[in-house]
Amino acid sequence: THTHTKTENKVHVIIYTTEVDYSFCRFDCNMGEVKVIGSRKSQFCTRVEWALKLKGVAYEYLEEDLRNKSPLLLKFNPVHKKVPVLLHDGEPIVESLVILEYIDEKWKENPLLPQEPYERAMARCWAKFVDEKCVFGAWDACRAEGEEEKEKAIGSAQESIAFLEKQIEGKIFFGGEQIGFLDLVVGWIPLWLGVMEEAGGMKLLEAEKFPCLHEWAQNFIKIPLIKECLPPREELANYFQASLSYLRSLAANKP
Amino acid sequence: DISSQLLFFLTPFLVFVLDKVFCSSFSVSKFLQISVTMASRGVVLLDFWPSMFGMRIRIALAEKGIPYEYREEDLGSRNKSPLLLKMNPVHKKTPVLIHHGNPVCESLIAVQYIDEVWKDKSPLLPSDSYHRAQARFWADFVDKKIYDGGRKVCSSKGEDQEAAKTEFIESLKLLEGQLGDKPYFAGETFGYVDVALVPFYSWFYAYETCGNFSIEAECPKLIAWAKRCLEKESVAKSLPDKHKVYDFVLHHYT
Repeated sequence: THTHTKTENKVHVIIYTTEVDYSFCRFDCNMGEVKVIGSRKSQFCTRVEWALKLKGVAYEYLEEDLRNKSPLLLKFNPVHKKVPVLLHDGEPIVESLVILEYIDEKWKENPLLPQEPYERAMARCWAKFVDEKCVFGAWDACRAEGEEEKEKAIGSAQESIAFLEKQIEGKIFFGGEQIGFLDLVVGWIPLWLGVMEEAGGMKLLEAEKFPCLHEWAQNFIKIPLIKECLPPREELANYFQASLSYLRSLAANKP
Repeated sequence: DISSQLLFFLTPFLVFVLDKVFCSSFSVSKFLQISVTMASRGVVLLDFWPSMFGMRIRIALAEKGIPYEYREEDLGSRNKSPLLLKMNPVHKKTPVLIHHGNPVCESLIAVQYIDEVWKDKSPLLPSDSYHRAQARFWADFVDKKIYDGGRKVCSSKGEDQEAAKTEFIESLKLLEGQLGDKPYFAGETFGYVDVALVPFYSWFYAYETCGNFSIEAECPKLIAWAKRCLEKESVAKSLPDKHKVYDFVLHHYT
């Protein structure tokens, strides 16, 4: 819920392998009213919440039923009619990566993007790659039926994941010593990928093949502020199963 | 000085010879990197002449007055050069901006990079966070709707083409609405969204001819905006001739 407080807000975050102190003080500087229109099942919405929490921004969350889109959503995202939408003092910002950059620019605590232009470009490049190739690659592998098609889709998805493995090698987080932009973007892997793997009857993030990414995933999901924004696993699993069945029935009914 | 001038002129020849003789050895790729960097004082653009994405980077570099080496990658030949494969191993696509030997892929990311590194001249993104977010949104919209939309118009037929045309015009009208009565998308100055969209103007003739329709009839303000952008030297010299583009489309899309 939305609060304006004049007292200190401190958050301590400890992860199991390394103690990372995310304590920060946030005095209310009248930075405006923040709302998020989202769906808790969508990893694109969760990453926005993570960013706001990392920065200590108080916000109101408005859960959207995607099968029955509200007039509010249609008003503030008339072009794509999708979540997430960030409302800052009533002004809408849409597209999760655009929202993350906006949050990073507006609130300076715990910077998400690196300072150096080339590193920023790399973070943005990898974020785009994750959203365009990894997410859809995993979903394709989940949906594929038939042994040959499945194997091919899994191979393709794992090729994308291999690039991420290289990026995380030798680092605690994609952002280095602290959580960064790319960690939030890849943050769908611990929960959402796990659920997709179960629903699709396949394993993509194999610990022996991708040890660094696997370890990162285990650590990331244990961080309290990350964990507290996650939807219940069972709810997500049911949602994916339902989507899969729906898509498969559509395919079966095509002439 | 003379030695760097000599190297500048000899480099393409040496690169060509070594390319052919040694193919993918490590020493050649290192030599390529060094020679390419020295020759252009740091900035190289790996590009393909009809690519709207490449045009965006050409415009941004021209706006900032940055000298660079343009290297044509013939994507039609299906033989991707060792430099491209080394600089963009993930997507193996152009354009790639190379600065001091470091590659930046994805045109909009490269344009933002150029804007951040050479921030003192002709800023492309607005200074205010909210307007920057709007600019990024609309540039992303162009990426999502205009490229695929236009391609579908060229490569489909009959009913599919009619549907493609309708959708394409709808997207252009949304952009036209966003432009409104302003001279450029961000207002008085040429900026990021203009850079993202104007390259597609060089393809409009091809889309119109393939689809047998007039974009100007549907979106007159957008065409007026495009012509206004073309009055800028940075844009005029970065866009290819529309007939050349149409010829290219005929050979590759239809």
